[in-house]
Amino acid sequence: MITKDYIITAAEGMHARPATNLVKLTKNYSSLISLKKGERTVKLSSLMNILSLGIKGGETVSIIIDGEDETSAIIAIDAFFEEELKHL
Amino acid sequence: MTINGIGVSPGIAIGKAHLLRKQEAALSGVVLLNEADIAIETDKFNNAVALSVQEVEAMISNYDQSQGNEGLEILETHIELLSDPQISEDVTGKISKEKKNVNDALIEVIADAVQLFKNMDDEYLSARAADVQDIGNRLLRNLSFSAPTHAPHYETDTIIIAEDLTPSDTISMDTTHVVGFATQAGGRTSHAAIIARSRGIPAIVGCGVTLMNIKNGDQLILDGQSGDIIINPAQEIVKQYHVKRENWLKKNHLLRSLKDTPATTPDGINIKLFANIGNANDMEQAISFGAEGSGLLRTELLFMGRDALPGEDEQFEFYKAVALKAKGKPVIVRTLDIGGDKQLPYFNFPTEQNPFLGYRAIRICLDRPDIFITQLKAILRASAFGQLKIMFPMISNIQEVRAAKVILQQAKDELTKAGITFDKNIPVGIMIEIPSAAITADLLAKEVDFFSIGTNDLCQYTLAVDRMNEQIKDLYDPYNPGVLRLIAYVIEQGHKNNVEVGMCGELASDSKATLLLLGMGLTEFSMSATAIPEIKNIIINSLLVAKEIHQRVMEMDSSALITAYLQEITL
Repeated sequence: MITKDYIITAAEGMHARPATNLVKLTKNYSSLISLKKGERTVKLSSLMNILSLGIKGGETVSIIIDGEDETSAIIAIDAFFEEELKHL
Repeated sequence: MTINGIGVSPGIAIGKAHLLRKQEAALSGVVLLNEADIAIETDKFNNAVALSVQEVEAMISNYDQSQGNEGLEILETHIELLSDPQISEDVTGKISKEKKNVNDALIEVIADAVQLFKNMDDEYLSARAADVQDIGNRLLRNLSFSAPTHAPHYETDTIIIAEDLTPSDTISMDTTHVVGFATQAGGRTSHAAIIARSRGIPAIVGCGVTLMNIKNGDQLILDGQSGDIIINPAQEIVKQYHVKRENWLKKNHLLRSLKDTPATTPDGINIKLFANIGNANDMEQAISFGAEGSGLLRTELLFMGRDALPGEDEQFEFYKAVALKAKGKPVIVRTLDIGGDKQLPYFNFPTEQNPFLGYRAIRICLDRPDIFITQLKAILRASAFGQLKIMFPMISNIQEVRAAKVILQQAKDELTKAGITFDKNIPVGIMIEIPSAAITADLLAKEVDFFSIGTNDLCQYTLAVDRMNEQIKDLYDPYNPGVLRLIAYVIEQGHKNNVEVGMCGELASDSKATLLLLGMGLTEFSMSATAIPEIKNIIINSLLVAKEIHQRVMEMDSSALITAYLQEITL
């Protein structure tokens, strides 16, 4: 299992567009991928759940990946947070 | 009769009202009897999802790219929501466990989700309730296997009046016939508003219930900037608005064509066009007008209209929000500039004979280091989230700059000790708005990284004219040769001493002055966001004669001659 924290650098926070792309991205992996903010953990496969966390700019979230392809999944998610969420 | 709402997409629309009323879905109260029923209802749901996804995919493949990408991104989001596993789990759960039919299960799940979003304290996220409602409506419609609805046909020059418009209503709206829309509900960040802006159709939202006083076929004027809707106006007014509309179309064309063009003079000098802002929302708007940063963040707004001084954390959040919205572009944060005409209810200002010459701005801050250091620490903390610069207002001598820098250093030391990150090399500058500061620009340049010329106060202090006094308002004149000489001197000394010079007063947005200021060597103009396109247009088309204009003006001895000359050359 891999757990990694990310600070949301995009001012608007986790908006529908990046969240949609994140859901699409996680569909490429068989691992169970979850997103945690504060006390709440949701599956990354549901856009509704991601948006319902109300993630704002400057907040910290954790990604939890568990499964066979977790190492390749974390690389893709790393790249996503590095690139896409920075330049909105 | 006029109705006022929130203008979310500028422009003028003149046309006939067409009212849209939506049908509310109703609960049936049906209770499922057995496993077979449950299987049927679950199947219906899965079919509705498949049909709905197909519909939206068809909208995507027919999407007209010239309308901007925003609509496309929203449709992609809708596909994800339609096939969302959480919604599916909730709906099928209600069917199998609570024995509800698919219609009722879906209505309840969507209603809960809509409420969840509406309750969020973030304006953007709460506006996403409309997207959830939109996909919910689509699913409900597809439950009954009715033929997909086609966008209705409208007469030319139709203005849509509706309680609310879903994002897909707006995306599929036929803009060859629909010239604008107004809704009872909605906010600035609703997808309907975003789409209207990207498609360039005037739109007004949040009009309230009075909007429904409008009848089908009423003639309407819709001003998407002010948020005004005029119902059955007199012919005179219609004429005025036709002229307004023409002007707006011309200006809008200019704005759109220039937004991403850098402000470079024909001889290759890059000019920075910044916006004067009061909060994070202004920053966002400024960027949409092509601002490359902010040359003045007024922090007074944060201190006004409340009962007590804002604390460090609250201030930090405010500056951080601006830094994040600026997306790495520079923002000059002016420290507290109260006093004069800006009073605070919780701060006891002495009664003064001459408030503008009195206890205000940096003078208060140096006298009350407790207030000052709180603000400086908050700005420093926010500097970790963007490119912030600190600017001190109302500087009249070098000792004030040094004293302010001592307190800034103290703020830095305290943060370092607490292990808090900030930009250690945050640039420090001053407003040049008092004549003594302008005349000693050569000395002040040694202490700071940048100057920003505040022409409003500089003009008032140089000419000894109260700019609020109606009786002497003609004397208040930034084109007075004395004021212009001071400005030219500050710019010259800035260049000599490697200190950046900007201007954040009204003169920076006065199109008559642009060439003159360029000629003086000014390279940073900060103004209200809406003025940027016009000034940019002048800069891009400016001739090399700017230097010559400067020479000519310096030889003139009256503001009448100067303004007449500048008027002549800008024609």
